[in-house]
Amino acid sequence: MFDDFFIRALVAGVGIAIVAGPLGCLVIWRRLSYFGDTLSHSALLGVTLAYSFSLNIAFSVFVISAVVALLLVSLQKRTKLAGDSLLGLLAHSTLAIGLVLIGFLSFIRFDLMGLLFGDILAVTTADIGLVWIGGSIILIILYFIWKSLFSATVNYDLSAAEGMRPEVSNFIFTLLLAGVIALSIKMIGALLITGLLLIPAAIARNISNSPRQMIVIAILSGILSVVVGLFASLEINTSSGPSIIVVALILFIISLVPLEIKGQLQKR
Amino acid sequence: MNENNNLLVRLKDCGIQKSSKWIVKGISLEIHKGKIVTLIGPNGSGKTTTAKMALNILKSDEGSIENYSTKMAYVPQKISIDWTMPLRVIDFMNLTSHINKDEIIEALELTGVQHLIYNEIHNLSGGEFQRVLIARAIAKKPDLLVLDEPVQGVDFNGEIALYNLIKEICTKLNCGILLISHDLHFVMSATDHVICLNGHICCSGSPKSIVKNSSYIELFGEHNAATLSLYQHEHDHSHQTDGSVKN
Repeated sequence: MFDDFFIRALVAGVGIAIVAGPLGCLVIWRRLSYFGDTLSHSALLGVTLAYSFSLNIAFSVFVISAVVALLLVSLQKRTKLAGDSLLGLLAHSTLAIGLVLIGFLSFIRFDLMGLLFGDILAVTTADIGLVWIGGSIILIILYFIWKSLFSATVNYDLSAAEGMRPEVSNFIFTLLLAGVIALSIKMIGALLITGLLLIPAAIARNISNSPRQMIVIAILSGILSVVVGLFASLEINTSSGPSIIVVALILFIISLVPLEIKGQLQKR
Repeated sequence: MNENNNLLVRLKDCGIQKSSKWIVKGISLEIHKGKIVTLIGPNGSGKTTTAKMALNILKSDEGSIENYSTKMAYVPQKISIDWTMPLRVIDFMNLTSHINKDEIIEALELTGVQHLIYNEIHNLSGGEFQRVLIARAIAKKPDLLVLDEPVQGVDFNGEIALYNLIKEICTKLNCGILLISHDLHFVMSATDHVICLNGHICCSGSPKSIVKNSSYIELFGEHNAATLSLYQHEHDHSHQTDGSVKN
């Protein structure tokens, strides 16, 4: 069944969309989109290191993303720079280091475009296993820290005062974010991962009125984007990552329609 | 567990230092079950910081904190819910613990906002949201309740009703309350222990003793202090929670 590369890509993509749904909602609620971006830029460095030392790509991306996240926390304590400046600093310096290292690796045939924008042809049966097992682990951990994470998202002090230990769940959440980026880099590509986290959640925000509803809709629209995007990618021979994101964008525009109608009705 | 079963929190010589400057220093206080302790003081005097130490949100840089409370509830001073989150009142009530729906409705009725249960939080007015915050804290049935200016933005009548409710909750749940308030009338008439803060504890004691204290008069000005001591001394009767005279 998994012999066909297209089926493999679909199965892996749907798995990623399911994990990206709830995490994407948290990224939107916590205004972390730029943080997601930084992690995914640094993912390129992770991929380069994986090639240099022949490590597993997902593992190396996860480690680098986690290191960058920890660096951010320690820099925030030590410097007087704002969070967004530090994120920019880390994003572009890790991206630059990654690209410089790629230059040294000229002996390896390197598909830079594939790294940046994703490549469905590259998805193997092992990748599917990684996405579904890794994704399940992420979702199970997320389930256990949800109450703490969610309450800290609403108000940190309130969560801390009422014994939810938000500092612990915040830290774990950062690792989970690094994890989902590691899982999806092959499919979506380093530059577009944040899009798959953000856009389905943004679609969901437009048409939902409770946190749970928003998560479910984010997952569904993520799956729809992946399926339609991959078919389009096959039909018109475009990179898989951008195709998925373009479909998500179209869904987002459609999701604005109910908002408009609601606005018009209220005006009357 | 502890030598005194009614003790919930004890701060001993606590303080918070931020970039080599002490925000508060030498804070000692105790909160007991069924008692209301109030913090008063000018802006920036460290009231919220002190409350956060009692709640274990901030770690004291000196002294010691003993906390025997098993269930704390907090009504923070400033809270802004991000508009990026679709959060209804009922979701918010369940934020840190699961509360069944009847109890949620009951608590919202107490603060007069039960009709808003399915409204989105960001559509509420400041006063309405404040009532929801108080209802949420009550619904948790805490043994320690910390209220940081709980009635800000609430209309005048509501303010009195909510203060009475706080007093009532204290007796009903037998919980300890740490209250930060600028309403000196309520503080002086309804609380058990008053702490006057200005970076350190200027004076503390029962409301009666505190209005005569010279550092209290210095902090709040002669005029205010005089009004309030008059308020205390002119009355030879006591009030019930609804304001009627107790016989």
